Amino acid sequence: MFTTLDMHILEILCEDARVSPREIAVMTGSDEATVVTAIDGLRRAGVLVGYQALINWERTEREFVQAVIEVNVVPQREKGFDAIAQRIMQYDEVRSLYLMSGAYDLMVLCEARTLKELAQFVHSRLSVIEGVTGTSTHFMLKTYKYGGMIFEGGADDRRQAVMP
Amino acid sequence: MRYEDVINRRVADVPPSGIRKFFDIVRQMPEAISLGVGEPDFVTPWPIREAAIESIEDGQTQYTSNWGLESLREKIAAYLRMRYHVTYSPQNEVLVTVGASEGIDLALRALVCPGDEVIIPEPSYVSYAPCVTFAGGTPVAAVTTEQDEFALTPEALRAALTPRTKALILPYPNNPTGGVMSRAQLQALARVLEGTDVVVISDEIYSELVYGGHEHTAFAAIEGMRERTITLNGFSKAFAMTGWRVGYACAPHELLAPLFKIHQYTMLCASMQGQVAADRALGRAFETGFEDVRTMVRSYDRRRRLMVSALNDMGLDCFEPRGAFYVFPSIRKTGLTSEDFCTQLLREKQVACVPGTAFGASGEGHIRCSYATSIEKLNEALARIRAFVERL
Repeated sequence: MFTTLDMHILEILCEDARVSPREIAVMTGSDEATVVTAIDGLRRAGVLVGYQALINWERTEREFVQAVIEVNVVPQREKGFDAIAQRIMQYDEVRSLYLMSGAYDLMVLCEARTLKELAQFVHSRLSVIEGVTGTSTHFMLKTYKYGGMIFEGGADDRRQAVMP
Repeated sequence: MRYEDVINRRVADVPPSGIRKFFDIVRQMPEAISLGVGEPDFVTPWPIREAAIESIEDGQTQYTSNWGLESLREKIAAYLRMRYHVTYSPQNEVLVTVGASEGIDLALRALVCPGDEVIIPEPSYVSYAPCVTFAGGTPVAAVTTEQDEFALTPEALRAALTPRTKALILPYPNNPTGGVMSRAQLQALARVLEGTDVVVISDEIYSELVYGGHEHTAFAAIEGMRERTITLNGFSKAFAMTGWRVGYACAPHELLAPLFKIHQYTMLCASMQGQVAADRALGRAFETGFEDVRTMVRSYDRRRRLMVSALNDMGLDCFEPRGAFYVFPSIRKTGLTSEDFCTQLLREKQVACVPGTAFGASGEGHIRCSYATSIEKLNEALARIRAFVERL
C-alpha cells in the first residue's frame, strides 16, 4: 500500500538524498521511527534503489567518454529481451540500459576512460554477444541536464528579493 | 513647480510601502538569503511558457475582448464550478484582469464613494488599505489575532460594521499570516452580513495553497452570499505565473458590470500572451487532474512544517499556518520591535524577513517569513535566525 508519507519521502529524497529521517519526520508531521520503517519498506519493495550524488564530471580533471549505443538484437524464445539485457548490464562500462520502442531494441549508455577503451568495448564485447545483430554508437559531447538537474546554462533566482 | 501643490492629497498621504526599505537594503547584500519573497520559487512550467511563445509566433499580438479570451473565461468558470462549487456565466460574470491586484482596485473604485468605509481584516496584504484610500474611502481595520488563528471573528466584524460600511475585504488564505477560514467560520460571518448591503471582496489568490487537510471554501459558495460577493483569484500563486499578471474577478453580472466598465476604459484587457499562457495552464491542469498543483502543494507543505518546527524550537512562537506560503512567528520574547528585529537580522545575519507592521499596526510583534525557497536555503536561513536569536 503506497501512502502519502511514501510519496513525501520519495519527493524529498529525489530532491536531496541527504535529508535525514528525523528531518523528513519534521517536514511530514510524522515521527522518525515511522519514517525509518517507511524508507525500509520502499527499499525492500525495490522502489528506493540507491542514493547517488549528481556530479558534473565535465567540470573535473577526470578523463572520460560517454556514448549512447543503439543495439539491435534477436529476442530469445520465452525470455524475450531480458536474457540479452541481463548479459549486457553486467559490464561496468554500461551505466544505463533501456528497452526501447522504435528503430532499435536496446539503448545502452556507456562510459569509459578513453575513446579507445570505449571502441574496444563496442567491437570486442558488445557486438559479439550472441543475438546482437547490429550497433550504432553516438558519442556524447556535453551534458546540459541530467537527473532533472540543469548542469550547464541554468537560470539563477530572478525573483525580487522582497515583495508584499 | 511645487509638486506637493499638484499631487492629489489622498495619494500623497499614503505612506510608501514598508517593504520597499528592506528591498533596498537586501539589494546591496549579495549573500543575503531572502525570506521576503512573495512568489513561488518555481519558474512557470515550460508547456505554459511555450503556449505564449507559440502565440507570438502565430502573430497573436492584438487586444483581446475587454472581458478576456472566451476560451479562458470558459475554463475559469469551469474551474470555479469544479473546484469550489460556485457557478458564474463565462459570458458576463467572469472578467479577466491584470492580476488579482487589478481586481482589488476595480472592485473598490466601483463600490466606494467618499466617506464609505471598507473593513479589512488585519494583518493583511499591504495593498488593500491604500487602494481603499485611493478610491476615496476609509479603511477600517478588523484586527485578527493568533488566538483565533488569524481568522476574522463574527465579533470583530460586527464591531467594525457601521452604517457607512460599503464593503468587506476577505483575504483568505491570508498573506502574511497563513491563516485560513473554514466553511463554518465563513458561515458565521455570513450570518452577520445577512440583511446588510455590505459587499464582500473575497481575495482568494492563495486558494490552491492549503495544507493539513484544510479545504478552501469560496465565500460565494456560502449559502446566500453569492449575490454580494466579488470573487478575486488569479494564476500567480497556483501556477507560478506572477510576472504574467493574469487574474480574474467574478460576480453576478450586475455587480461585475461596473468593474467591467472601469476595466474597459482603463486597462482594456490583460495581455494576449498572459491570457494564452493562463488558458494553457488551466487546460493542462484539467488534463492532468491538477497533478502539478498537488505536487507543488506537497512541496510547500513540507517546508511549512520545517519552518514552524524550527521557529518554535528556537523560541519564536509560531502559529501553524494552514494556507499560502508564509509563516508569521511572534518575536515578542526577544523584546525587539518587528522592525528592529528584521533590520538587525538583515544587517547581522543577512536574512531578510518582513516586519509584521508592514501589514498593519496589529502585525507588531510578528515577522513574515516566506518559505517559497529551497529547503537548503531555508535550513541555512533558519540556522542564521537561531544564531541571531540566541545572541539576543
